[in-house]
Amino acid sequence: MTPTQISQIAFYFFAGLAVLGAILTVTVRNVVHSAIFLITSLLATAGIFLTLGAQFLFAVQIILYVGGIMVLFIFVIMLVNLDVALHQLQFNRQKWVAGLLALVLGSQLGVAIWFARAKGSLDIPSGRTGTLSPQNVEQFGLALFEKYALPFEIASVLLLVALIGAVVMTKKRI
Amino acid sequence: MTALLEFLNTYMWRLIFALVIVGVLPLLAGYVVLMERKVMADMQARLGPMRVGPHGLLQPIADALKLLIKEDIIPENADKLVFWFAPVISVTAAMVAYSALAIGPFFQIAELNIGLIFIVAISSMGIFGIILGGWASNSHYSLLGALRSTAQMISYETAAGLALVGGVLLAGTLSTKQIVQAQQGGTWFVFVAPIGFFLYLVASIAETNRAPFDLPEAESELVAGYMTEYSGFRWAVYFLAEYANMIVVASIATTLFLGGWLRPFGSIAALDFLDFFPPLCFFVVAAYCFYRTPKQPEPIQSAVMALFGGLCLLLAVAMALPFVPGLADSKPGLHGAFWFLLKVFLYIYSFMWIRFTFPRFRFDQLMRLGWYFMIPLSIVNVLGLGVYKVLRQLQWNRWPAFLLTTGGTLLVAIWLVWIAQKKAGIPGSVGDMTEAEG
Repeated sequence: MTPTQISQIAFYFFAGLAVLGAILTVTVRNVVHSAIFLITSLLATAGIFLTLGAQFLFAVQIILYVGGIMVLFIFVIMLVNLDVALHQLQFNRQKWVAGLLALVLGSQLGVAIWFARAKGSLDIPSGRTGTLSPQNVEQFGLALFEKYALPFEIASVLLLVALIGAVVMTKKRI
Repeated sequence: MTALLEFLNTYMWRLIFALVIVGVLPLLAGYVVLMERKVMADMQARLGPMRVGPHGLLQPIADALKLLIKEDIIPENADKLVFWFAPVISVTAAMVAYSALAIGPFFQIAELNIGLIFIVAISSMGIFGIILGGWASNSHYSLLGALRSTAQMISYETAAGLALVGGVLLAGTLSTKQIVQAQQGGTWFVFVAPIGFFLYLVASIAETNRAPFDLPEAESELVAGYMTEYSGFRWAVYFLAEYANMIVVASIATTLFLGGWLRPFGSIAALDFLDFFPPLCFFVVAAYCFYRTPKQPEPIQSAVMALFGGLCLLLAVAMALPFVPGLADSKPGLHGAFWFLLKVFLYIYSFMWIRFTFPRFRFDQLMRLGWYFMIPLSIVNVLGLGVYKVLRQLQWNRWPAFLLTTGGTLLVAIWLVWIAQKKAGIPGSVGDMTEAEG
């Protein structure tokens, strides 16, 4: 097996897992089971990042989404009453509208991919598949702090504002 | 078939290392448990396990066998699948995390560019085993234990991560191998960032749910926390995960702060006699074992003691191999593994020492320590180490730069303690204002 083949097998495995996890997340009745399938889906996405050679994104995806956000999700789920959710109606009765929208979106994506294939712009340049760029983190850091320093700083200020806002809103007396 | 053979040929050593890790880590965890019981007994002036094997040396194996054949109980209203799956998540996370750690320059499964954050990411998933296990048990004690554990891990993971950032800043790389190589010839990072090391020590105790932060399994309040409903082998798997996690955090600390596989004072030629320490250490243990062999009460115990002595002798001979002319190349590998494991066990010993010395925290105290002290201090620590690095680049000497940055961080730490005591209203403390006002 060549590295490209291994990488392709890995991609289809992770992609299938991500889609399966996402479908099960919305169809399963039990909220905690939903959360577990969402974790599966997020982990599979992290795996796709890895096959693309984006090691840093892989780690950040796991640390932030799986290790941080999903833990908080489950934490909140455990604090609320689960029995109520089990007796409620899971889906509302607008499945025809939803199906139509899904069809439109699907055909849009399909047409886009079809045209892109015809133009050849979807082909990945040779030498980039399957090989993990060894300097990924360094390149990422340099790009963030040199080329995109201003957007990065603005984003961090925005996050800081959100952080302080959350504290201010929850605290009765500061 | 040829493709498979080619695959095996390319990755043979890594697969062998992986098998060694999977095989040895549970055994190591079992013996860490024995070590803990022996250390505890010693600190409490007892003997500890003495029955199974000489000096209780076979106790871990007996315990494992007992747990294997114990009845496996699943509560009636438990979520069976999740209940079955939860311990596996915990132990898998701990074992996968080990794949990026370097036990010596050659013994490493995967040399990753993102080594350290890979380990942090994977081991942060072990918490799902705890939460889901606590939830699936359908028991109040388990759920409360799981909730406490979640809150605790979220709070202390930030501090632990920021403490690691400090070390990474000094090394300038995330690869475990290169972090150790960055400490070669220079000083270990524990002497450059003592506060970072202290922060990681405290946070890693909290993350592995050990006393004095063992609130998720506080036996006086929650029976056994998230593992209350588990019995037999599933319980053993949780236990294994806990101890494997301890070994993982100890290995991270060893790699980042204690110089990994490097010998102490590796750059001082006058202390090269320390190279004789590994074989000598095993020789002494082997000699002691043989000395004690005839004094065992039962013939079978004598036999086991002799066997253990023989094993130590074998290890001593292996450690002495680098001194044979022509085999000097094996020195970094063999001695590196020895020093690495020695540091890991010293770190774990400090865990035990802390466990038997301090009483358990209350939950609000734990949270206050995490959010008001650990996290602010770890942020300041990262800032201080950044300043240290800049000062070193400006050709400052090591000592002024070190004293300035570490002293500054220490002052912030004292200020934080003062604020925390004032907020908690501890009477008679430095920050107590009630007396002055009244």
